[in-house]
Amino acid sequence: MKVLLGIDGSDESMKTLRKTIDRTREADDDLTVVVVPKEAAKRSQDEMATEARDLVTEAGLDVDVRVVTGDPGSTLVDIAERESFDQLAIGGGTESPMGKIRLGPITEFVLLNANVTVRLVR
Amino acid sequence: MSRERVYPEEPAGPFPEPPQTFADKEEREISVVTADEGDVDAVTEMYCDFDPADRAQGIPPTGETRIREWLDTIFGEGLNVVALDDDTVVGHATLVPDTANGEGDECAYELAIFVLQSHQRAGIGRKLLTTLLGYGKREGIERVWLTVERWNRAAVELYRDVGFETCGSESFELEMSLRLNG
Repeated sequence: MKVLLGIDGSDESMKTLRKTIDRTREADDDLTVVVVPKEAAKRSQDEMATEARDLVTEAGLDVDVRVVTGDPGSTLVDIAERESFDQLAIGGGTESPMGKIRLGPITEFVLLNANVTVRLVR
Repeated sequence: MSRERVYPEEPAGPFPEPPQTFADKEEREISVVTADEGDVDAVTEMYCDFDPADRAQGIPPTGETRIREWLDTIFGEGLNVVALDDDTVVGHATLVPDTANGEGDECAYELAIFVLQSHQRAGIGRKLLTTLLGYGKREGIERVWLTVERWNRAAVELYRDVGFETCGSESFELEMSLRLNG
């Protein structure tokens, strides 16, 4: 299956990336990683892309890792549709101090606009 | 989240302080009292009976082990009140420090309330909420926030009624905030 993973430079995205790499190996998926911009993220997009390339190489996978500009949600949906991906994977939200699951605006946009199946990684 | 949360300028209140005893709409005598780590067993029991349909954004978790882990965290860090019908816990409200927004006095608190299905629509949630806010003010808490699902009109109206104002609506859930002290 052709899977597109969207991540930014956050810790949540690091977790999402690791889990998706594990799943890619199990399912023998064809993975593409896109690093989207995020304001005040812990890692720059280039740093995140380098981390992603290191992790996929370590996992023995051949993965295209790209850095993109523009609005994160619409860019992900656009790439997923234009390049005929089967699935778009994104982080499944953060947790509040109380433990409530919180979905951000990128997730909302992707869920409401993507024509492909969306996977929320938790 | 690095976005700065907005709080109302004027403090809300006054709010009653625990303990409180009142008759609910079903004429049951209900007490709202403070709770600490020693009460986790009784509160766990309430959540084991909780209808999963009333979960909000993943809490309470299901299964005794996960419920206990969750309660250990919020009872370890936060302020808690429970509603008692005789000796049975039928409601719980909590304020959990949000250390992402500053330590000590700068710290804001996230609020949540849960009322057991058998005791809903009887005015217990409102009493839990106001008494928890009175307790929070007594303990020096200044800023409180919460998230609520948009479709949960009863909850949104209750929060608005005690002084919460909408401060964020760009996500699935509505974010509301309240100031306790000036």
